[in-house]
Amino acid sequence: MALILQNIDIRENGVAHLDNINLMFSRGGLYTVLGRTLAGKTTLLRTIAGLQQPQKGTLMLHGSDYLQLPVWKRRVAMVYQQFINYPHLNVLANVAFPLRRAGVPRAEAHQRAREVLGKVGLTDFEKRRPAALSGGQQQRVALARALVKRAEILLLDEPLVNLDYKLREQLREDFQNIFEGQDDAIVVYTTTEPAEAIQLGHQMIIMDEGGIIQQGEPLAVFNAPATIRCAEIINDPPMNIFYGTIENGDIQLQGGIQLKVPAHMAHLPHGPYRFGLRAADLRLGSMIGSQVELSEISGSQTILHLRGDIGTFILYEEGVYQHAIGDTVQVDLNSNRIYSFSVDGDLIAGPAAAEAYRR
Amino acid sequence: MKTTYLLLKYLAILLWSSFVALPFLWALTTSFKTANGVTGGATYIPWLQYKPSLEGWKVLVRTGGQGIDIVAPYISSAVVTLSASLISLALGTLAAYGLSRFTFRLGFIKNSDITFFFISQRIMPPIVLAIPFFLMLQFLGLLDTIAGLILVYVALLLPIATWVMVDFFNNVPRQIDEMAMIDGCNPIGAFLRVVLPNSLPGITVAGLFCIIFGWNDFFFAFTLTFTKTQLLPVAVVALNSSVTPWWSLSASALVSVAPLVIIAFFVERFLSSGNMAGAIR
Repeated sequence: MALILQNIDIRENGVAHLDNINLMFSRGGLYTVLGRTLAGKTTLLRTIAGLQQPQKGTLMLHGSDYLQLPVWKRRVAMVYQQFINYPHLNVLANVAFPLRRAGVPRAEAHQRAREVLGKVGLTDFEKRRPAALSGGQQQRVALARALVKRAEILLLDEPLVNLDYKLREQLREDFQNIFEGQDDAIVVYTTTEPAEAIQLGHQMIIMDEGGIIQQGEPLAVFNAPATIRCAEIINDPPMNIFYGTIENGDIQLQGGIQLKVPAHMAHLPHGPYRFGLRAADLRLGSMIGSQVELSEISGSQTILHLRGDIGTFILYEEGVYQHAIGDTVQVDLNSNRIYSFSVDGDLIAGPAAAEAYRR
Repeated sequence: MKTTYLLLKYLAILLWSSFVALPFLWALTTSFKTANGVTGGATYIPWLQYKPSLEGWKVLVRTGGQGIDIVAPYISSAVVTLSASLISLALGTLAAYGLSRFTFRLGFIKNSDITFFFISQRIMPPIVLAIPFFLMLQFLGLLDTIAGLILVYVALLLPIATWVMVDFFNNVPRQIDEMAMIDGCNPIGAFLRVVLPNSLPGITVAGLFCIIFGWNDFFFAFTLTFTKTQLLPVAVVALNSSVTPWWSLSASALVSVAPLVIIAFFVERFLSSGNMAGAIR
């Protein structure tokens, strides 16, 4: 029993919004779709909901043609990245709205709406209009309205993106608990944030330019990004990429830097490669000279944007430090954590999972 | 500095208010004057400057062969204006929703062309429309009837209602219709249950335009009626005879403006913008 998308295509003026999408969503699964803005995530959800018709391809739910069903007959719930509620109805009526449309008697609809409002922590707000709520509360109302109908398919389109940092953290935790109770549903959750996609998803799908470029278990994908593009999207900040070659048992990086080939790359033939290294796998040291282009503070870390003969790259420094723009710093690479990609960008070898994820 | 600014501001407001309100004051005092009171120049204080009289007002209700009857035209005007406005609002709102949300295409004709076609009918000067309207009503046998006037006013008001509502619906986020459909409404249900209840300000504006235009129109009321049916603006003008009765003219003018003032007073609170707050962020 599943939702199956086959060869779904949506193009507009020659631009592919969805490019030959093939996906299978199983009941009880929680899928996160990770991609940059305009990657086609929203179009994918709108197509599943029926708000957009694909030009090509099939969409089947439990073996029957889902494309034939109009939006209002599909048992779908959706939460938009903008918090959409009905301004003329109070919170309780907003949440009860889909139940009333489905013919549930008023008393029962209100009772079920109250249960869900309790779940999202809005018990005391049922008489308010959406305009009288904070952004986080408005999004909770929208979420409650999506949950109350116990839809077969629950779609969430970057639901946290318009919230401030603190609320986002809190709601993300709530999501984990809330989704656990949705065993019968297919939950699809889109986001631009790798941490969100990894934390929430049972399965993760990476989208780029309307196509799917990788899917699998979140940690497996994180540890073995199939291409450089995947590695860029799934790491925040994006994985650093250096040009270089493997020669005589050494890695020769641009700018004349030499490293010993680590064990996990020992079997690779000589030739040109592109090497990937996460920002957290570089530290200040003595090997590579480079200049500070930008220095920002994030929480208790300092993020350095650096430029040297090796190229431009980003480094995470534990602790909060001041670096003036133009300062020269020395950087060490952790060669045990280097990924090697072909010149075309396909993953050839990466550190063993345990090694890659050890911090 | 701040005080000067405030003073200037209130002075400007005062000037403009007088400009707008003084004619009404003039009409109010004049309506209680007689011929002698009017000829003596502008005076405003009753009993002191002129002797108040109810002559002007008495003329408006026909009693024992005296005066003209303003009650019948009043009722006719109300019936014509309200019917035409309601029909125009109902049709115009539906048309506007269609034009705002769905794509129509007939050859090179697109939504925006259809919308422009609606308003283009109001670009022509009324005199151009008067003759065809006259001939059409004659053909239908509806000249000099309430029904005929309603028909003509719908033709005149529908473009206004449609135009105002298209603009309003274009500013109602589409996602709210989509959400209603996801929540189980078909397109008509989404319109009736979600879009319409949130469109009260737009409907109010459109309705107000319709009522004001319909109530005040003299031209079509004059050209398309003769003896059986008379609308208020025509009746007011008909008061004029060889001697202009300023007192009864003033009284009838006040009476005909009154409903619009009352409507504006009650409707004003629906006009507040920002009604869609809380729909989308």
